[in-house]
Amino acid sequence: MPHDNPSPAEAASAAAPSFAAAQETKRQRTRLIIRAAGMLPVLLLLCIGFHFLSDGRFFTGQNLGIVLQQAAVNTVLAAGMTFVILTGGIDLSVGSILAAAAMAGLIVSKFPDLGPLWLPAAVLTGLVIGVINGALIALLRLPPFIVTLGSLTAVRGLARLLGADTTVFNPSIPYAFIGNGSLTLLPGVVSIPWLSVIALLVILGSWLVLRRTVLGVHIYAVGGNESAARLAGIKVWAVVIFVYGVSGLLAGLGGAMQAARLYAANGLQLGQSYELDAITAVILGGTSFVGGIGSIWGTLVGALIIAVLSNGLILTGVSDVWQYVIKGLVIIGAVALDRYRLQGSART
Amino acid sequence: MGDPILEMRRVSKSFFSIKALRNVDLTVYPGEIHALMGENGAGKSTLMKILSGAYRPDPGGEIRIEGRPVRIDGPLGGRAAGISIIYQELSLAPNLSVAENIYLGREISHSGLLARGAMRAGVGPMLERLGADFAPSTLVAHLSMGQRQLVEIARALHARSKILIMDEPTTALSAGESERLFALIRQLRAEGLAIIYISHRMDEVYALGDRVTVLRDGALVGSLDKPQIRADTIVRLMVGREVSSFYKKDHDPQARLGPPVLAAVDITDGRRVKGCSLTVHAGEVVGLAGLIGAGRTELAHLIIGASPKTSGHVELEGRAVTIRTPGEALDAGIAYLTEDRKALGLFLDMSCLDNINLAMLGRDAKLGCILDRDKARDRANKAFAALGIRAADVGVTAGGLSGGNQQKVLLSRLLATTPKVLILDEPTRGVDVGAKSEIYSIIDNLAKSGTAILVISSDLPEVIGICDRVIVMRAGRIAGEMRRAATSPLSQEDIMALATGMEQLDAS
Repeated sequence: MPHDNPSPAEAASAAAPSFAAAQETKRQRTRLIIRAAGMLPVLLLLCIGFHFLSDGRFFTGQNLGIVLQQAAVNTVLAAGMTFVILTGGIDLSVGSILAAAAMAGLIVSKFPDLGPLWLPAAVLTGLVIGVINGALIALLRLPPFIVTLGSLTAVRGLARLLGADTTVFNPSIPYAFIGNGSLTLLPGVVSIPWLSVIALLVILGSWLVLRRTVLGVHIYAVGGNESAARLAGIKVWAVVIFVYGVSGLLAGLGGAMQAARLYAANGLQLGQSYELDAITAVILGGTSFVGGIGSIWGTLVGALIIAVLSNGLILTGVSDVWQYVIKGLVIIGAVALDRYRLQGSART
Repeated sequence: MGDPILEMRRVSKSFFSIKALRNVDLTVYPGEIHALMGENGAGKSTLMKILSGAYRPDPGGEIRIEGRPVRIDGPLGGRAAGISIIYQELSLAPNLSVAENIYLGREISHSGLLARGAMRAGVGPMLERLGADFAPSTLVAHLSMGQRQLVEIARALHARSKILIMDEPTTALSAGESERLFALIRQLRAEGLAIIYISHRMDEVYALGDRVTVLRDGALVGSLDKPQIRADTIVRLMVGREVSSFYKKDHDPQARLGPPVLAAVDITDGRRVKGCSLTVHAGEVVGLAGLIGAGRTELAHLIIGASPKTSGHVELEGRAVTIRTPGEALDAGIAYLTEDRKALGLFLDMSCLDNINLAMLGRDAKLGCILDRDKARDRANKAFAALGIRAADVGVTAGGLSGGNQQKVLLSRLLATTPKVLILDEPTRGVDVGAKSEIYSIIDNLAKSGTAILVISSDLPEVIGICDRVIVMRAGRIAGEMRRAATSPLSQEDIMALATGMEQLDAS
């Protein structure tokens, strides 16, 4: 076989795969761009649609402020949920953790000397519960769904226990401004609710961790292929405890945000089914439910879509009952559209 | 020999601009075992998919079954034309019974209700004929891999197939199960079935093949009748060049044998590995041969701490080291290339860049946790150049690469840690010929630079071609060891004899 003198056919067959490879990488890039843009077009279409349907009441400074404020707590919860879902897990307990953290915070705020410590107390409560979730999942190897389903109930009970099943008020709670105040950027023109500022900072912080730290790569690696991660020397258990810890911590922060906004907390009602909105935001944001794929920016867009839907439907005067139906259908439709566009990618 | 049952004439298949199959002529007779060989990407699976109806061939070709031209459309088309395919990954539903699997898609029902009794009765005689030792009502989940294969065959026969295509049927089988499968295949041949047998294993082709057809780069490069079937002829046809130049081994540990680097002492896990000891020196390539299931991969996993040892220890450069996790092994300087790169090695959704840098992220990080992205990109680019990884950019996801390039990406991750010991588990599995020879020369260069290398391989010509010394495992124990000498090259027969335990039979 004369190897130094290939026949034309052989030369063609040698050239073809590299051409195919180039085509393949081009296709991959297009896919990446589509994935990155994700649901942003849907969000913009919704905004424009509601603007016209509500006779121009959507794009006003005041209304946008309301939307941002309404999206804030869910954005914070969804950011934590993104960490968890990126590893292929799920955290059903965030709503309950939020309630327990808010209760703990309000109770601490009523002690005369400890008052200002209520904020770290709330966040720490969330962190502790989250770490317990993570430890049960990582060390006892229990399924995340089961563990957090259990803590959804157990922590809800804990939240009620904390306030002896009553509503705790504190009209003079320290740092109340974060719940109702705004950060003024241009006096009299542009101001952003502190809740939204916090939510944006959380998103930025999450992006930093996920995309700029070693731990971030490890989170994606654990979600993409847990066995390979273990063989590659990654401490999978530590990553798992970390993500549930973050989810708990951010749920605690969400509890603090709610407490500051309401000057009160109720262990029974606060944060009911918030976990569903958080999961919805993550999925709308294009994060894969099996883990390994997704971005925090997608989650932000997802949380905004949910807030815009709620706000827009109220603006257009749709009845409360129909709001539920429409919201549910839009979510299914949006994700179906996403799947359709991403068909042919390795995994979804 | 009578009339052919299957004739393919000038069958081609293009995907966009790439010709996966070029004017292939294939004739198969009833009562013949026709072995189909070729490297990965040679076109075997394309050919099969055309016969099963998964792909439509390009216009111009012709397929005849029993002399009549046929069009095979859709996945049911192949079965309708009398062709059944048994894939490497069996396509049985483990949660259903044997009878239900055999009838899958063609269930018997009485006015809408499933007639389980009738289905069981229907498959009973068939299973008996095939020598099955299980009942039709058994759940497939409870069957061994060999028994499942039998269910697949029963399903094909039940569909009255005249042509049975088997794709590497013995990959997951033990030696005993393989022997039983061969007996069954011969029985089916005697009953007049045509069997197309796809395999990489020369011994199987020797044992079974009445004829061998070899594909290379989508074209048929030769058909050999029984008397002409010889390993060197087949390999030459598959590879398209002389085999001697294929394996690269310039390093010579005899000239300057380094100190022992890795010593595994009396490693035991209580199940698959029973007291194995081995030593690998610096600059030496040691082969670990043996049959599938002999415990080679398990031994490697015990050495790197991927599974727990019950006794034994590992020494590195003469000192005992404690290794409980793969991470500790990497830190100590022992890197392991898994045999299953998709399930246990690569992150298919992540970029080559991340895949290559994964094990080094912690050591490179700024302030202990912030990624050093310049360093990472630099390392990935260097790895691309050093190992000849062909992809548009280090940023493309690893899942889109060919097998050979994926393997090189995974290898780059290990090499980035500058290991003292490299354990390579089936380093060329699922890799095309060109990349194979590149991987051999990478191994050779690493040995020259003093790395101690242990190569687990089921590919005997590869073991003989690149190793200085071969350790053979059998049933969880070290069965023996052979050293390459200038006067006596390693022999495939000697290794096989040790691996199967035949040398004991000879002695007695």
